[in-house]
Formats: sequence, structure tokens, C-alpha cells
Amino acid sequence: MAILEVRDLKKSFGDTQVLKGVGFAMEKGEVLAIIGSSGSGKTTLLRCLNFLETPDCGIITVNGETLFDSDNRSPHSEGEIRKKRLHFGLVFQSFNLFPQYTVLKNVSLAVELLARERSDYKQNKSEILREIDSSAREIIGRVGLSEKMDAYPFQLSGGQQQRVAIARALALKPEILCFDEPTSALDPELTGEVLKVIRSLKSSDRTMIVVTHEMEFARNVADKVIFMADGQVEEEGTAEEVFERPRSQRTKAFFTNYKKS
Amino acid sequence: MSFQTVTRMLLGGFAENGFIFIMTLLMALPLGLVITFGTMSSIRPVKWLTRTFVWIIRGTPLMLQLFVVMYVPGLLFDIQMPDHMLGVQVNPRMYSALIAFVINYAAYISEIYRGGIESIPKGQYEAGQVLGMTKGQIFFKVVLMQVVKRIIPPLGNEIITLVKDTSLARVIAVQEILWIAEEFSARGVIWPLFYTGVYFLVFCGVLTLLFGYIEKKLNYYRG
Repeated sequence: MAILEVRDLKKSFGDTQVLKGVGFAMEKGEVLAIIGSSGSGKTTLLRCLNFLETPDCGIITVNGETLFDSDNRSPHSEGEIRKKRLHFGLVFQSFNLFPQYTVLKNVSLAVELLARERSDYKQNKSEILREIDSSAREIIGRVGLSEKMDAYPFQLSGGQQQRVAIARALALKPEILCFDEPTSALDPELTGEVLKVIRSLKSSDRTMIVVTHEMEFARNVADKVIFMADGQVEEEGTAEEVFERPRSQRTKAFFTNYKKS
Repeated sequence: MSFQTVTRMLLGGFAENGFIFIMTLLMALPLGLVITFGTMSSIRPVKWLTRTFVWIIRGTPLMLQLFVVMYVPGLLFDIQMPDHMLGVQVNPRMYSALIAFVINYAAYISEIYRGGIESIPKGQYEAGQVLGMTKGQIFFKVVLMQVVKRIIPPLGNEIITLVKDTSLARVIAVQEILWIAEEFSARGVIWPLFYTGVYFLVFCGVLTLLFGYIEKKLNYYRG
């Protein structure tokens, strides 16, 4: 069964239709790269999956559970949307770390707040917090920032900040982790360290969607690639298929322009 | 007129200024937040009503507002201001003065709050949202601290203005420091009038140091 299934997703802002019926499916453990020129709707698609935007139309299913269905809009309470969001994690282009907290607190804050809803929170408070703390430290270690545990975001380079943002998203153990152009706000020499971390996260039980302009990265890491154009999926296939043997003219033109630049 | 006597009498007057200052702050700081939520409300009538209110309060002189609170309740509604406050006998005019000051400063402070809240990038809210935080958690755990840091300088400015504005209460005959000093000058002793400046300078100096200290404390992070 597909872990994620998106059908006929549409979204307009005013008169501009940004998504014109996007659909795709993913298996557990897959890495999907979404490529395409600016304005093709890649970011909006991710924002819809994370419920930062409400689609006008379409269906989103995770693990067989329908999270969103425009034909069957149950009244969405804030709490429900919150629960649905937790299926997904999102790493932003501009990091959006919390400047007033240390690296450790950035990573553990949301987990701590969520733990308060556990029924055994009051009884086992100190134990739960200790567990959260040690798992946050472990995750920060995994993105290679153990040294920076107590640093504040402004003391870190862009690449380090983005790695903290990745750790922060990982801490909530989302089923599907989304990256919205994770290296676009970085200096070229810093993109490598972030891509390396993302690559290292690839495993059989972690599903990832990466919106990116890093073609080499998409080609090497993604199991599946979607080329979006004009709010639609223009081409879809394995990395090899899309990069080596693109069928659509627009995909070909995109790669030609990309190589020229 | 000895220096000590004048100093003591002016201090008595300045106590009135200090009282207006403290009470105004205690009430206007929270009331300002309520007004902010009104001006930022997604319910249009609430938003426009509070914005009109802020416009009127900021668009008319505080002195005029003092006169209105002083005379209108009595003239139109036959309401007398009480002469007790927290169990202590006070000049009923102090009530009028406080009402005018609190409303006036709450309106200004609400705009400082609004500016602070609106200056927080949308990405901070969205980061909280995708991490599964509730609206309350996002406000209190993510946004509030950043807002506080950003509004400390304009708030300090406003609070220092308040120190000096308190002397406006003399127009409705609250016997604050300038009122006392003018009584001296009416009797031909002019220097106490200028001496009042020292009281304001010292008080504002202390506040400046205090705000500098708070700003420094909040400077452990940037952004």
C-alpha cells in the first residue's frame, strides 16, 4: 500500500491557479525529488501536504487514512489539523529556527510540548523530559552538530542552521519528511553539508519528498523524480528515466536550460 | 524659603506624578494588549471599532481628554468620581486623571504591541504549525519572547514620555509637582519651577538605565 497518495490537488490564489490537478503516490522508504522551474507549484504542493495551505480540491491519503478530501470536508478543528500535520515534517528554505532558543531547545521544544498531552505526563514528567533530551541530543549528533548543542542560531552558519532545522523536523518522527528547497538560501560551499545530511537520512522506513534545484542530488538520491510545470506533473519516473530519457518536450527544454546556466 | 522645604514640598508633588505613572503603567500595559487583539481581530466590526477608538485617542490632545473625563461624566450623566481609592482617601480628580491617562497610553501601547507582533516573520508561525504546536503554544513559546525583545526600545520611549506627561494632570487641578512649583512662583519665588526639572531628569535617568539593562539582558540572541 502506498504510504502517501495525492489525487487531483488543486489550489488557486485569487485568479492564479497554482496547482492544476496534481497527483502522485509514494511507497514507504522512497525518496521523491520534485524538480521544475520557479512558479511551477512545487512549494505550494508541499505547503498543501503540511496543511499550511488548504487545497481547493483533491484528496490526500497517508497510510490509507484520508487526511484531506475536498468532497467530504469534515469541519476541521485546529486540533484535528494539528494531528494531521504530524504525519508530515517540513524543512523550510529559510530554516525558520527559533532565534531565542539554543540548538538543543529548538529540537526538543515541540516534542516537549507534545508530550504534555500524554496521559502519564504528570506522573513521569522528569523521566519523559530526560528521554526527550537524550533523543534530541542523539538527533543533533546525527546531523553532526554535537559541538553546537548550546549555541544560538545566530552563532551558526546557514548550513549548520539548516541541519538544526532538519534535526528539529526529525525529532517528531514524521512519517513523511518534506524539504522545500533546503539549500536555496545557502552559499554554494554550504549546500554540500546539508545535502550530505539529507542523503544520510535515506533508509527503508523514512519517506522523503525533496523539492530541489540540485539536479545532481536529485539524480543520485531520489528513487523517483517528478518534473512539475505550470501546476501539473509534467513527467514522472525513476531518476534514470526522467534524467536520461525524458519524454516530454518541456522536461527536455528544462534540462537544456539548466545545463546552459 | 529654604532649599530643604522646597525640596520636600516638590517631592510631595512628585509623589502624585509617580502615583499616576505607576497606576497608568499597571493598567495600560495589559489593556493595551486587549486593544491590540481588537485591532488585529479578524472580526471586521471589532477591528474597525478598535481602530477608530485608537484613531480618536491618538488624534486628540491628552489635555483635551483630561478635560473630557473631568467634566463630561458630571455634566451629562451626573456621575461623581469617588474620593477613595484602594481604601485611601484621594482627590476625586485623581480618578479622572487616571482614566484619561490609562486610556490614552493603552491606545499608544497597543500600537507598539501590534507593530511588534506583526514584525515577527510568518515563517516563525509556520515553523510552529508544522511542528504540531497549538496557536497558544506558538504565541507564548515562539512569538512572545521575540515580540518582547523588539518592543522594549519603543516601549521605553513611551514610558519615558509618560513620566513627563504626568504633569499634564495639573490642568484638572491635581496637585502634582508643577502645580506646587507654580504656587511658589505665584508668591514670587521662581527657582523651584526650574528645580522640578531635576526630579524628572533623575527619574527618567533611572528608567533609561533600567531599559538599557533589560535590552542588554535580551541581547543574548539576535533576530
